[in-house]
Amino acid sequence: MATYKIHKPARTFGDQAYLPAIAKGLVQTFGRLYQNLLGPEDQRKTATVCYPDEVREYPERFRGVHRLTHRADGSPRCVACLCCSTACPAQCIYIEPAEYEADERQHGYERYPKVFVIDELRCIFCGFCVEACPCDAIRMDTGVHVPASYSREHFLFDKETLLSIPGRDGSYVTANVRLEPGDPGHPGIDREHGH
Amino acid sequence: MDFWFILGVILKMAFILGVALLLYAPVFVLFERRQSAYFQDRLGPYMGGVKMPRAVIDNLPMLQMGGYASAAGAGATALLSIVMVFLGHAGEPGLWILPISWGTLLLLSALGAPAQAVGAFVLPHLFYRDRLTLFGGLHAVFDAVKSFTKEDIVPPRADKFLYSIAPIIAMIPAFSLGAVIPFGPDLHLDYLFDTLPTEGVIDGPVAHLQVASLNVGILYIFAIGGTGVISAAIAGYSSDNKFALLGGIRAASQMVSYEVTLGLSLVGCFMLYDTLRLDEMVTWQSENSFLGIFPAWGVFYQPLAFVLFFFASIAEYKRVPFDAPEGESEIVAGYFLEYGTGKWLMWMISEFLEVAISSMLIATIFFGGWDVPGLTRSGWEAFGYHFDLSGTNWEFLSNFANSHLFVTVVSIAAFLGKALLLGILSLQVRWTLPRFRYDQIMQLCWKLFLPLSLLNVFVTGVLILLFS
Repeated sequence: MATYKIHKPARTFGDQAYLPAIAKGLVQTFGRLYQNLLGPEDQRKTATVCYPDEVREYPERFRGVHRLTHRADGSPRCVACLCCSTACPAQCIYIEPAEYEADERQHGYERYPKVFVIDELRCIFCGFCVEACPCDAIRMDTGVHVPASYSREHFLFDKETLLSIPGRDGSYVTANVRLEPGDPGHPGIDREHGH
Repeated sequence: MDFWFILGVILKMAFILGVALLLYAPVFVLFERRQSAYFQDRLGPYMGGVKMPRAVIDNLPMLQMGGYASAAGAGATALLSIVMVFLGHAGEPGLWILPISWGTLLLLSALGAPAQAVGAFVLPHLFYRDRLTLFGGLHAVFDAVKSFTKEDIVPPRADKFLYSIAPIIAMIPAFSLGAVIPFGPDLHLDYLFDTLPTEGVIDGPVAHLQVASLNVGILYIFAIGGTGVISAAIAGYSSDNKFALLGGIRAASQMVSYEVTLGLSLVGCFMLYDTLRLDEMVTWQSENSFLGIFPAWGVFYQPLAFVLFFFASIAEYKRVPFDAPEGESEIVAGYFLEYGTGKWLMWMISEFLEVAISSMLIATIFFGGWDVPGLTRSGWEAFGYHFDLSGTNWEFLSNFANSHLFVTVVSIAAFLGKALLLGILSLQVRWTLPRFRYDQIMQLCWKLFLPLSLLNVFVTGVLILLFS
């Protein structure tokens, strides 16, 4: 069995007296206090911010409160396909689909959400609804979390509320263009152009 | 026991308690909270504040500019008065219309200009956004108001009487220790604006700037300070909590142990100063000199006693690194574990008051109290040269600097400043060192501090016999 000889560092009288170490530590902590309290702003090393007065920017891919994106005319891009509410593991999305009126262009072609409610207290912010959406109609790129409130009812965000929340860049649309059926460049089928 | 004596005592008590409660306690609390905030990277005391009207906040830059402009005006006046005094017009009315002389104008503007500049510089820092926070100092005030207005909960099986009286007992030594601390030289009320003679007895009424000049002086401090152990023990015993009981026992044994060192480390000082009165100790330190050039402060004669007394007093008021009685990681909060709201605040106030009072005590015994090097009863004096400009145009300047009232004010300010710096140092020790283990605390006391303080007594005695 091999024996190991452990060399303990020899202690000098200065180490044993402990006072030089105390003085060194005091210099260190006084220096840090000066640096963080009175020193130049860019050299301060505190990570905290004064929260209600200062807010820290969330990371770019932070999943914040939901928003419903707009079409060019301001109506929701949502076509009430129920993909999001189906994908939702927390079952917090409630959608009532409705048909367009007979004289409208989208009649018989797609539907719209008459009621679109997200219970933000049930939501677990997994982002599955965003992934499930085929129309890029629901997004979580708002960069803000759900604001606090005093009543549970306040957290049932309806269609108008969700439409009123802008994205992080302040816009209500998305970068993905939406071409209505009949528009030049519309990729899919429509009434005039079948398979 | 006439009326003026009683009024004087009341005023002096009000001064010493006012300084401890309104200057030291908030500054220490603020310093501690700022320090802990940076140390542990959390928010400092910034929330508590009084919302100010929009008009005030928006016009802060204008106010600051006004302050700077006013300071510049005062500076210009000072320069002008310097020229006029230089030309020999010191006694004539200043600016040809004001009823004060050029000399007085120079004093006022020379003191006022930097004061206004500093004020203008500090002004915006007193606010945080739209609130007046005084660097966060108001936070402590709001905390106090909150604590005393919250529901006061007593543990159901606690001894209600002892539980309630323990924090009050803790406050008593903290308040009554200030009585024997001298905070300034004797004030001769008839000669406030004159220059006093260097030596000799001065007639007329005298105000001793010390609440009670006891002939047992320092023994009174040990006697009263020793009662602090009672409050901690009672609190631990009456709270009906095992951790509190443990904390109370630890506090009792630790405080009793360190009191021995606390007393013995000062014996060398008694022998040196040949007195127990704190005011005479200060007088001794201000009248002698160390090696001819240094002030004869106790810390130069008794450096070992200073180190021992400083750390023993930290142990005595149970702060890190000697905070085993309240060590959070072992026994939650120790003897005041069950205390909340106002009673908890009383523990905290008494702790900070003890820091303040013991800093004053160390300043008195080891740092010359109100003594300022180069300042004597008759004014500024160094290397045998007395600051005296009589016979020149600048006569009023030395008259002002050597006037009894100015000398006294400078002395009091020096004493308060010394105590403040010592208090901040002892607070900083808390944020620098980790807590000692309980057996280490006891070993440090009985195996190191006690023999060292006895050695200090022995060596001091030998040196005194050799050199006197």
